[in-house]
Amino acid sequence: MNASTVSVTDTELNAFLDGELAPARRAEVELWLAAHPDAVMRLEHYLAQREALQRLFNPVLDEALPEGLQQAAQAPVRPGWWHRWPWQQVAAGLLLACVGAAGGWFARDHQAVAPLAVATVPLSRQAAVAHAVFSPDVKRPVEISAEHEDQLVTWLSKRLGTAVRPPHLEPLGFELIGGRLLPGSSGPVAQFMYHDASGQRLTLYVSTENASNRDTAFRFAQEGGVNVFYWIDGRFGYALSAGIPKDALARVATAVYDQLERR
Amino acid sequence: MDSTAILAELPRLRRYARALVGDRAAADDLVQDTLERAWSRLARWRPGSDLRTWLFAIMHNLRVDQLRHPAVECVPIDEDAHVLPVRASQSDRIELDNLAEALAQVPEEQRAVLLLISLEEMTYAEVAATLDIPVGTVMSRLSRGRERLRQILTGDRASPRLRVVR
Repeated sequence: MNASTVSVTDTELNAFLDGELAPARRAEVELWLAAHPDAVMRLEHYLAQREALQRLFNPVLDEALPEGLQQAAQAPVRPGWWHRWPWQQVAAGLLLACVGAAGGWFARDHQAVAPLAVATVPLSRQAAVAHAVFSPDVKRPVEISAEHEDQLVTWLSKRLGTAVRPPHLEPLGFELIGGRLLPGSSGPVAQFMYHDASGQRLTLYVSTENASNRDTAFRFAQEGGVNVFYWIDGRFGYALSAGIPKDALARVATAVYDQLERR
Repeated sequence: MDSTAILAELPRLRRYARALVGDRAAADDLVQDTLERAWSRLARWRPGSDLRTWLFAIMHNLRVDQLRHPAVECVPIDEDAHVLPVRASQSDRIELDNLAEALAQVPEEQRAVLLLISLEEMTYAEVAATLDIPVGTVMSRLSRGRERLRQILTGDRASPRLRVVR
């Protein structure tokens, strides 16, 4: 700006652009601008800057939040809990619980009275144990990988006696790794495994053994270090397990539910 | 205050940090530090006051500390990789390819104001409260920051670093 245009300062021009000028002064600046096309061009460029900055950085708003940040956003009720309680320890504890339960199941043949231990294990715990056992597995987390999704779907559907297919959770940052077949309390159940960019794993446990046929709303359970959302839909029982915060898991659970509903 | 409220601010904190710092990992580290400090200073937050301004202010203070005691040496931009300023295209749309780099050349105190206004769409008063500076300072930094970015982007009165004649 040159000396002859001291009547409107640079800061005033900016304030004009940002709607921060008093109405009376605003009108004066408008008049002044009519005689100063250079300044108008500059303001147009500033507007283009704002638009371009938003174009460049707004996509960050839609990125999946890194696990560390989600964790840090949580109230530190038990400070450092996550770090003080190593994952392996939780997995080992749950594995013992699993072996104990399986022991009971295998012992069934040899006992006059069949123990109900396994049958009464709630869906959430079954799913959490399955999560804790298989999700830390680096080399063989799944039996059939996502590359062969068709085979996985065909095989699991055949074994469960009904069509099952994994929901797609890419929009939430979780990519399918694959799936496996597991023994449930009275027959086969399916487990689908996903991971996010940070390697955080999430499993969806699908059981078809629900006899009561009573639908339930979302329920939440914490089994060791594993958070689980589970619900029953007809004879299907679903449980979503991961070592991620409750609200993050709730978002995934909602997406899974929506996808299953649409089928 | 509950974690849902903080979680809701996370995407915006990340966007601002990314634009301010540039590097993705360093930006997320800054957000992480912000959240940790926020929880540790929860007692100082006045219920009913603007949570976003409070969080951005915490982030700003952390960033100022970081710059005062840089943890890592700043790596100068490779001259060969340097993109020459491009004149505004016919459409007057600014090419995004050069924008991040141009933005990084705007002094940080001006950049912070520019981003809070452009991305966060804060008022001058909100920016002043967030950065703990007078409104007059907000206005002068904004004015200088915008003009500086314009000059870098358009090659008008090129900054010394861009005065490369080919």
